[in-house]
Amino acid sequence: MDYLQYLRLDKMPHIWCDGCGHGIILKSILRSIDKLGWDKNDIAMVSGIGCSSRTPGYVDFNTLHTTHGRALAFATGLKIANPRLHVIVVSGDGDATAIGGNHFIHAARRNIDVTMIIYNNYIYGMTGGQVSPTTPSRKKASTAPYGNPDEPFDISRLAQAAGAAYVARSTVYHVGRTDKYIEQALTKTGFSVVEVLTPCPTSYGRRNKEGTAVDMMMAQKANSVGLERAKNMSEEELEGKIITGVFVDKDQKSYLTRYNEVVEQARNAK
Amino acid sequence: METPNPNVKMWQGNVACAEAALAAGCRFFAGYPITPSTEIAEVLSRRLPMVGGNFIQMEDEIAAMGATIGASLGGAKAMTATSGPGFSLKQENIGFAVMAEVPCVIVNVQRGGPSTGLPTHAAQGEVMQSRWGTHGDHPIIVLSPCSVRETYDMTVRAFNLAEKYRTPVILLSDELVGHLTEKVEVPPIEQLGIVNRKKPLVSPDKYLPYELNESDIPAMANFGDGYRYHVTGLAHDETGFPTNNPEKIQVQLERLNRKIDRYRDDIVEIETHYTEDADILVISFGSTARSARRAVINAREKGIKAGLLRLKTIWPFPDREIEEISAPVRKIIVAEMNLGQIAHEVEWATRRSKPVVRVNKINGEPITPNEIFNAIIAQD
Ligand SMILES: Cc1ncc(C[n+]2csc(CCOP(=O)(O)OP(=O)(O)O)c2C)c(N)n1
Ligand code: SF4
Ligand SMILES: [Mg+2]
Repeated sequence: MDYLQYLRLDKMPHIWCDGCGHGIILKSILRSIDKLGWDKNDIAMVSGIGCSSRTPGYVDFNTLHTTHGRALAFATGLKIANPRLHVIVVSGDGDATAIGGNHFIHAARRNIDVTMIIYNNYIYGMTGGQVSPTTPSRKKASTAPYGNPDEPFDISRLAQAAGAAYVARSTVYHVGRTDKYIEQALTKTGFSVVEVLTPCPTSYGRRNKEGTAVDMMMAQKANSVGLERAKNMSEEELEGKIITGVFVDKDQKSYLTRYNEVVEQARNAK
Repeated sequence: METPNPNVKMWQGNVACAEAALAAGCRFFAGYPITPSTEIAEVLSRRLPMVGGNFIQMEDEIAAMGATIGASLGGAKAMTATSGPGFSLKQENIGFAVMAEVPCVIVNVQRGGPSTGLPTHAAQGEVMQSRWGTHGDHPIIVLSPCSVRETYDMTVRAFNLAEKYRTPVILLSDELVGHLTEKVEVPPIEQLGIVNRKKPLVSPDKYLPYELNESDIPAMANFGDGYRYHVTGLAHDETGFPTNNPEKIQVQLERLNRKIDRYRDDIVEIETHYTEDADILVISFGSTARSARRAVINAREKGIKAGLLRLKTIWPFPDREIEEISAPVRKIIVAEMNLGQIAHEVEWATRRSKPVVRVNKINGEPITPNEIFNAIIAQD
């Protein structure tokens, strides 16, 4: 496929570091969109703030780079005002689950017709490696020099518990799977989430002695366990493992479907 | 017996605000409940679906502000409403709307502050917050109604100014006006002079969403119109993409501020009573202006030459009007339910050339006509 038709080449070079996994996710998104054959005019990409949230600047869609954590709020208004648009939110782990955590669970509860791709690198990349809600326990960050004392969020489980219609997790190593999950998410009615684990060699890997970007991706390969297999594993066996797969894929009325019913009701009551 | 006029309503200020929004073409409202603004959300939750519009109660005021901006980019005229604590939460995203030049209306029905303050009592403590609440140098338009009918007219005007100048507009009401019930004759829709945002006339490849043009107001394409452009709160150039180029940033931020400054005569509105021969000038706004008007009438009945200048537009500040009208007067009295936020601006506008007496109250009670009258007759 021709990636160039979707990229704003005059905005290159991008800001991402050598070895950053974010660009791999971007390519997965573009391949999935290309497969669906969507018109670029009908696609809106919305983000918050972070390295991951710079993605919209590089793609030739209707693009909206909002405030830190608030992409889903803007996306909700945009989708409701123009339901014809395919609204895709891209977000980092900090953006989505720290400052934007409230919007995240409510978008899932509402089942708003938006797809969210979360670039989870366990860290605040853009601001230089501060601890995030997904930093694993005991791992180091610039604001957790003795190791993170907290337990991390499991983003996919959080989305599942909050009511999302589709939830899947993959890693940038598993590109084929990531493509498939994103494509499934994009075609899902309601709120769909794909969490993709991505290495940040600059702000996370170096401080935690995880080696090069390639080493970090090989670790993704070594530590990933499919959802089905994980079901038969004990908690100790799952320690430090990445569970990948489709956590949720269910058909339920989306926000827009329900709201259209409200409009019908209001019009008949008039 | 006369047949009742169906256009005459007994409305609360907040109801008038909601109805005016619909008349102005508002088709999207996002809110979060907070006294004393909640009725606006309640009315619109019932009325918007009737006209095929959208109402959504968000998870907080930050989200409500974000959704409002998103909806406007999607092509809807959009509004949100709140009070003190919620207004504080909205500030970051209000700044985004200013920077990205997204038209929208924010209603703040002021209550007592600071903090949770006095939820069910009026105050006018957000004069400065509405001007400077979000960070960075920026322009803003703020209107303040004193009656139910004026709430209607100003809500319509807020939408019109927002669309005309591609900017957020704040309607700064207060608990007294918001909860006051008055008779309103609803104007026919043709009289509202509805304004819609200027759409680009050029082809998408020539479109500059932040164009430096003669009017200083760039045309706005909605998302989905076929113009694929970029919107960001980062400093950007004409194309909308982020830039660190100091010259480009300078010209854009100058245009952003000039866009409102140069049209201030179109935006600023004041009202005067008995000012022609006045030697004491009372300045007030919002619900307090009602007491001020009564005080001035009482003074006139006693043969005292008092006059009233009521600010309908708060920002841009009507400094020239104040300077001109106050030129012949001996003394100025500023009545407001805060500790002198307008008075301070009046001192600047008049270059401290005459005494500016402050009548202030911040305990939740309205300022009475008598309190203002006493300031009028006080020997100084
Ligand atoms: C309101 C606000 N608070 C803090 C920041 C500073 N900030 C910018 S990006 C960021 C964290 C981004 O981390 P994440 O979302 O994980 O994205 P990544 O850079 O790792 O891709 C923070 C805290 C901000 N821009 N706005
Ligand atoms: S700091 Fe980390 S997340 Fe940001 S671009 Fe560099 S590698 Fe990627
Ligand atoms: Mg991150």
